Amino acid sequence: MTPGLLRWLIPLSAVPVLALLAYGFRVNPRDIPSPLVGRPASAFALQTLEGAPLALEAQRGKVVVLNFWASWCYPACYEEAPVLERNWRAYRDRGVVVIGVDIQDKLEAAQKFTRDFGLSFPNARDTTGKVSVDYGVYGVPETFFIDRRGRIRAKHVGAVTDEAFRLNVEKLLSETTG
Amino acid sequence: MIPELGSAAAIVALALALWGAVAAATGARTGRPALVLSAQHAALGVFVLVTACFALLTYAFLTFDFSVRYVAINTNLGTPFYYRITGVWGALEGSIILWTWMLALYTLIVILRHRESAHELYPWVLTVMLSVMAFFLLVITVAAPPFARLTPVPADGRGLNPLLEDTGMITHPVALYLGFTGVTVPFAFALAALITGRVGDAWITLTRRWSIIAWYFLSLGLLIGGWWSYHVLGWGGYWAWDPVENAAFMPWLTATAFLHSVMVQERRRMLKLWNLWLVILTFGLTLFGTFLTRSGVIASVHAFTQGSIGVFFLSFLALVLLTALALLAWRWDALSAQGELDSVVSRESAFLLNNVLLIAAAFTVFFGTVFPLLSEAVRGVKVSVGAPFFNQVNVPLFLALIFLMGVGPLIAWRRASPDNLRRSFLWPVAVGVAAAALFSALGIRSTLAVLALALTVFVAATIAVDFSRATRARLRMGERLLPAMGGLLRRHNRRYGGFVVHLGILIVTLGVTGSQAWSVQTETTLRRGEAAELAGYRVRFDGLTATEESNHFKVAGAFTVSNGRVLSVLRPAKKFYPQEQSPIAGVDYRLGFGEDVYLVLGDFARDGSEATVKLQVNRLVSWIWIGGAVLTLGALLAILPDRRKPA
Repeated sequence: MTPGLLRWLIPLSAVPVLALLAYGFRVNPRDIPSPLVGRPASAFALQTLEGAPLALEAQRGKVVVLNFWASWCYPACYEEAPVLERNWRAYRDRGVVVIGVDIQDKLEAAQKFTRDFGLSFPNARDTTGKVSVDYGVYGVPETFFIDRRGRIRAKHVGAVTDEAFRLNVEKLLSETTG
Repeated sequence: MIPELGSAAAIVALALALWGAVAAATGARTGRPALVLSAQHAALGVFVLVTACFALLTYAFLTFDFSVRYVAINTNLGTPFYYRITGVWGALEGSIILWTWMLALYTLIVILRHRESAHELYPWVLTVMLSVMAFFLLVITVAAPPFARLTPVPADGRGLNPLLEDTGMITHPVALYLGFTGVTVPFAFALAALITGRVGDAWITLTRRWSIIAWYFLSLGLLIGGWWSYHVLGWGGYWAWDPVENAAFMPWLTATAFLHSVMVQERRRMLKLWNLWLVILTFGLTLFGTFLTRSGVIASVHAFTQGSIGVFFLSFLALVLLTALALLAWRWDALSAQGELDSVVSRESAFLLNNVLLIAAAFTVFFGTVFPLLSEAVRGVKVSVGAPFFNQVNVPLFLALIFLMGVGPLIAWRRASPDNLRRSFLWPVAVGVAAAALFSALGIRSTLAVLALALTVFVAATIAVDFSRATRARLRMGERLLPAMGGLLRRHNRRYGGFVVHLGILIVTLGVTGSQAWSVQTETTLRRGEAAELAGYRVRFDGLTATEESNHFKVAGAFTVSNGRVLSVLRPAKKFYPQEQSPIAGVDYRLGFGEDVYLVLGDFARDGSEATVKLQVNRLVSWIWIGGAVLTLGALLAILPDRRKPA
């Protein structure tokens, strides 16, 4: 090769580095598989924001979408709140229940949140933080899909989308109990 | 209303920056000064508009305007006034505004200082700086809009990342960003030199001070970052080779190389291509650093923000690197070397070696930082590269660099005669060897520590030899001692500024060596009234107190520290923020020249009957911060206006 052409190797040398960095977008450093998937969901008995008792055990036999959230969690919790409400309305008659668990929050702020979004599914407060520790919640929002036998079958980190909700729920609904 | 004004200001500023970049280039190509003048006005307009953006966002923070998403995320009703101001740049959107504002400020100063002196280069410098600005304004308007609204408006905000509630956070990002954006100036001049084909020394002479300023702020940012890490994070260290620390360290290494290699070009007309490449590389690394911090591509404890912004930065990085390096290839013929290396024993070869070592260090840091990504791409396995790798490779490189720090400034240009070598180095080498023997005799067992300290003494001795020789020469001319020394510093400010910076680095080295070699720590659980002992200190646990602060709940332990007599009562704490999963450590310490006593509170019994505490005695750490102060003096001295030439 002549020096005339050789010099163009200088700009070309940047290409592999740039390609490697571009590859970085395809992987998510926070995408850590949860060891809880496949395990029985740990039981809890909490109180809703209105003070009514709410226990996971009582939902056995239904597909449970367990969503951890907080009123201070922008923008993800704000994005997913309408999604959860919409899908809860669509699936509630087919044996699906959505349960929200509000963590590390003030009661008034949480109540304003459910009011603003007109949430009609039950929302409980994890006042001691025990439930979020049991489920290994790293940050809000995180959502667990629990099958009719009470096993955690999938975990979704970040705001739930319509697609993620339907995909997971349809799969669990199609399974027969037994 | 206010947020809409802010968004509008950003859009107009973007249009102005684009116009200015095109106008200056067209003006330069067609020889129409009116267009260049118009670009100048556009740059002024951009400065005013970005200032307005910054002011409006600050106003939104001060008034708790939670309808602005960025404000709601980074502040809450409990955030103290002071942190509502620093919170403005506590996350991505605001820090990009701060960045852009600094860039606009630098552009303004470049216009004021160089519109006459830079001749043909000037319009192209404007074009490059306004183009870079246009990119950041594009980020502000499209990828990370700071004034985006949030509906429904929440009753209270989430609050700043508690780790950022610290006085270090006002200075650390400001210094680091001044360094990062400052690199844009030499980069703009380098590109202007390549575009116009005037690749001689003019761009280097014009940007000498700018390079020192950018380098200085990078250094300051790194040191303040170390201080923040030391007194906030609570692990007792100041540097962890975290990807984001590395991101700031790499441009510092290449900028250091550049500061030295330009001297070779000035004196010997060598290394033209190399110098241009170094500036391009340094600027590219500042963008890479931002990409790393802001894209979330590499997991880091520092990665405070992430988002789609990574794609923007990567595209811009690609554009910058490919354009700049293609220009370099295009001007290849004009850049071939004129001078030649006469001898291996010469100052230019010492500088060359210094450059090779610095670039090697930058490369290993780069490699270690992206290796997890590389490994995942090639083998599909996620691995992490830890501090041992970085230390193992870099410690020998840095020791060699310290040695060269003593050799470079005193050895002769072209070819060093035996006489030059003897006069300059006989004493320093003797003193260095004596120091090594003394340190060993004093019972220092770590070879690495002995070597580092002996090299430090050697370099300090070379500086003393040089300074006393020059002073004696002036005394012979009949001057008195103090005026002679003052006149020397003032008249040869560039040389002696460099020496003072070197002294600062030596002092930092002393602190790093001491803290690595001799720090001790222990962790223990104490009942109330019980005491632990470490390195001659007695630390007694006196009890716990709990307080409700404006935005968090704080549990602090009281520990009486004594060494025969009572020295002080330290109160390390744990702070519980409602928006955080785990408590934040509040370190307490007693700083000293020889050693720091440093306490971190661990678990405790709720009734205050017992507490676990980590007790560290960290040696010589204070000298790292003192070295930073010395470095500041040196940099100031080096950028004083040149006295030698008549004004």
